[in-house]
Amino acid sequence: MMAAVTGIGVVAPNGVGTETYWQAVLAGRSGIGPLTRFDARGYPVRIAGEVTGFDAAEHVPSRLRVQTDRWTHLAFTAAEMALSDAGADTDELPEYEMAVLTSSSSGGTEFGQYEIERLWSKGSRYVTAYQSIAWFYAATTGQLSIRHGMRGPCGVVCTEQAGGLDAAGRTCRLLESDGARFVLTGGTDASLCPYGVTAQAATGLISPSEEPERGYQPFASTASGYVPGEGGAILVVEQADAARERGAKHVYGLITGYAATFDPRPGTPDPEGGSRLRRAAQLALADAGLECGQVDVVFADASGDPERDRIEATTLREFFGPHGVPVTAPKTMTGRLYGGGAALDVATALLSIRDGVIPPTINVPALAPGCDLDLVRGEPREGPIRNALILARGYGGFNAALVVSGTE
Amino acid sequence: MSTFTLDDLAKLMRECGGEDQEGLCGDTLDVPFADLGYDSLALLEITTRIENRYSVSIPEDMATGMKTPREAIDYVNTLVHAA
Repeated sequence: MMAAVTGIGVVAPNGVGTETYWQAVLAGRSGIGPLTRFDARGYPVRIAGEVTGFDAAEHVPSRLRVQTDRWTHLAFTAAEMALSDAGADTDELPEYEMAVLTSSSSGGTEFGQYEIERLWSKGSRYVTAYQSIAWFYAATTGQLSIRHGMRGPCGVVCTEQAGGLDAAGRTCRLLESDGARFVLTGGTDASLCPYGVTAQAATGLISPSEEPERGYQPFASTASGYVPGEGGAILVVEQADAARERGAKHVYGLITGYAATFDPRPGTPDPEGGSRLRRAAQLALADAGLECGQVDVVFADASGDPERDRIEATTLREFFGPHGVPVTAPKTMTGRLYGGGAALDVATALLSIRDGVIPPTINVPALAPGCDLDLVRGEPREGPIRNALILARGYGGFNAALVVSGTE
Repeated sequence: MSTFTLDDLAKLMRECGGEDQEGLCGDTLDVPFADLGYDSLALLEITTRIENRYSVSIPEDMATGMKTPREAIDYVNTLVHAA
């Protein structure tokens, strides 16, 4: 069974719409700026990748808007783009063979925060009934399932910033053995509210920088953490045969390999003496039936935390040899999008394959000692790309690796 | 205590997400809420807003038991006038 990606929808800080985003990424245009969604003075997070110019009223009917969080609004929009891109008429497909499997890192945080404020300031009778369905992790999946009549095996994956890869990987299982032929996957997140950023800042991984160019410099000698962002991507993934059968107009690529691992308890050594991230990459390549030399680009997790950067750089060096593979982190233009981040990386890798170009990493002037990677910096790099390896890590010990491949 | 009118209900329904829809009018008085696009959760939301604004109490089974705008208006008015 081959899992074919036939539709992509992107809502990102540097572009709403797949091609708008892709052009921005190739031009090295960042969507990171001052955090404006609330008065952030007094908070340890002052810059962010906000999806600006997105008015939910233009994209989401009011009946749905009032009962859902911004994170779901972004997903509604990306899903519509992806379905339209796939040229799929969901009315024509068997409803129990269509599924939705998204990634979510914090649910409807912003919606929840403002209802909790009403609870404490006015009383329980002023909390909207929609709180019950807006803020839990599965809300986006459920709303997409209802809206598009996709009643097959649905679910949500909550593995923090690794979620986009885990959702895509599990999507293959839905297609292989759970009776699905057509799946909406990927993920979005929108947790740039006081409650959201306070919870994120507690990890200590967010940069204290107030300068958009300096807040997220993975693998750099000046790395100081990351910048949070919102948005993500939704993908249509189908059984390749079924896609051909319904006359899908294009296939961006195939999901050919996936694996996930979990870190050992902090302070205890890795049972196999390497990193669990490395193990995930190894298993994903084995799943794809590929050798290291067949990987044309790595979309790195690119934490921005010096220690975590070093672990990833070591993993890549051990795995591919010194400067053995081009590495990139276009997320330096969006910030880290939590449940949406790895999903956006999958979309970006597929566009890379389509156009034969590796998008750049920005804002990395000099690599840190121990991070001497072939990092594609400043300008995009052209050349055929057959296989891309995507890595992602989620806070708390999640590691995931996904391989996407061209159809030729 | 003022009477609860069709306009009052229409305004609340708009606040609960109906702003894209055509306004509630005499013709839709007897159309079931479900057919107007309001599910049980939406009705719960509307009745909570009525309770807060008109200082009345609507039992939950009544909230979901009011099938049409006319039934809702009539029921709320019995409460408002009894208060």
